[in-house]
Amino acid sequence: MHSANRYPTHFYLVHSSPANSYPAHASAHSSSAASAAHAPAASIDVENLTIAYHGKVALHGATLQLKAGSICGLVGMNGAGKSTLFKAIMGFVKPVTGRVLINGLPVRRVQKQNVVAYVPQAEEVDWNFPVSVYDVVMMGRYGYMNFLRIPSARDRQVVRESLEKLQIWELRDRQIGELSGGQKKRTFFARALAQQGTVLLLDEPFTGVDVKTEKAMIDLLLELRQQGHTILISTHDLASITTFCDQVVLINRTILAYGDTSEVFTQENLSRTFGGGLADLPFTKSRLARGSQEER
Amino acid sequence: MDLLHWFTAPLQHEFMVKAILVSALVGLVCSVLSCYMTLKSWALMGDAVSHAVMPGVVIAYVLKIPLAIGAFIFGVGSVIAIGFIKAQTRIKEDTVIGLVFTGFFALGLVLVSKTPSSVDLTHILFGNVLGISNADIIQTVIISAITLVTIALFRKDLLLFCFDPTHARSIGLNIGALHYTLLSLLSLTAVAGLQTVGIILVVAMLVTPGATAYLLTDRFDRMMVLAMLSGVFSSVIGTYISYHIDGATGGCIVVVQTLLFVLAMIFAPKHGLLVRARQNRIA
Repeated sequence: MHSANRYPTHFYLVHSSPANSYPAHASAHSSSAASAAHAPAASIDVENLTIAYHGKVALHGATLQLKAGSICGLVGMNGAGKSTLFKAIMGFVKPVTGRVLINGLPVRRVQKQNVVAYVPQAEEVDWNFPVSVYDVVMMGRYGYMNFLRIPSARDRQVVRESLEKLQIWELRDRQIGELSGGQKKRTFFARALAQQGTVLLLDEPFTGVDVKTEKAMIDLLLELRQQGHTILISTHDLASITTFCDQVVLINRTILAYGDTSEVFTQENLSRTFGGGLADLPFTKSRLARGSQEER
Repeated sequence: MDLLHWFTAPLQHEFMVKAILVSALVGLVCSVLSCYMTLKSWALMGDAVSHAVMPGVVIAYVLKIPLAIGAFIFGVGSVIAIGFIKAQTRIKEDTVIGLVFTGFFALGLVLVSKTPSSVDLTHILFGNVLGISNADIIQTVIISAITLVTIALFRKDLLLFCFDPTHARSIGLNIGALHYTLLSLLSLTAVAGLQTVGIILVVAMLVTPGATAYLLTDRFDRMMVLAMLSGVFSSVIGTYISYHIDGATGGCIVVVQTLLFVLAMIFAPKHGLLVRARQNRIA
């Protein structure tokens, strides 16, 4: 039996693989030890991170490295520290120990460079707010404008391209509350695209989303990965993880395991993440989903 | 003819011309700010700050410095006190707000009762726009200019701060600075509103126009324009009514504002009660 806090050191072997050895479905084990030294700096580098709120530890000794051009699924129960990890990567919380580097630089120095784009959970947004879809996506460009936030032709062009990419250009004048669940997600995804950051954080992007939107979003994520973006996704939708995530991070107040999806995403690890038999059902579903994925 | 007379008669008095112009200006400035107050859910905060400026006003009277300075110090002080108590104790925010602003207000009452007759309590509590001095008019104009210019410059940043502080922070905007900018403007406009409607009713000026406009549109820019229109209209008409019925000016202004809100609530094209009722019947 595993104890909850034991580090599964064997999963960290994944570090020694070269940066781009994680194709979506293949299980690549080309572990050449020499290549580690030449691997580019991780685009998200979390080192021994401990975060506490009012003396209560929310995340303990978390270490992980995500390389450019990869998609990583973040899996854990509610309150397991997923949001805390996101906040730390955005530089919102001061760590008790450790640090977060983005492209080798401290987060706070990176903030003004529009590197990290965040797609919030639906519950975090005030959907009655008097802004249009277009307004929201334009907010992704604020970091590029001067302090009066007057959009340039370039800003308008990027916003238009982002809206078209997500197929919501026709909805641009809608107030955000008048959208379906999928359209709402597309709007905030479009904002992240418009921000043109290389690191993308998505918090539960598939909750309350129709199948069509989910597929469109996954296709887009795969495209962004191809372009060298680093993508971290928290999700409850375990079924979809094996279909597009190169890596998985299992979290429960600390990093329980992380690495190549095919190695880490096991029944045994999932039951440790979710505590006991709960994991049976989602895991079975994910197997089924992977099966149908391969048929396509 | 009668209607024309209704509008022209008060204008023969200089104090009425002044009162109408000052009320209109205060109505305009408070309305602009009220849009942010409504969207940020800061009505209670507005109430707190407007009451908490009381001791500052009294001290400024006694020291013969501009009221705005005393009010500003205590307005911002109350906000800092609220933030500190909330962060350092287990008490919830609405309790802290209620506790702090009544404490400040009570201190103000004690100070008024212990200062020489130069301070008129009813003027602070209920406003005195009909007897406004030229110095107070200048002060109101300066406050209005500061507020309007600040909002014109930071309109979009403040809006993003209200809508999505997480995103604002992640692209490197200084959230703390925006927070205190909005609170400072709140303290300043509380002083301006104090002249016209008094401390007790200032919060109406800082909430009602924004709420009315919020029911009428789904666009922030239009919301701002509608709030300004309703704010200025209420101030002018309210002042006229108070002249003709010889009633409290502040009360008249706020009653007109509230009536406009009720009209919007019932007849608003999309979010009004009538439309909602019809939609429910169809559904």
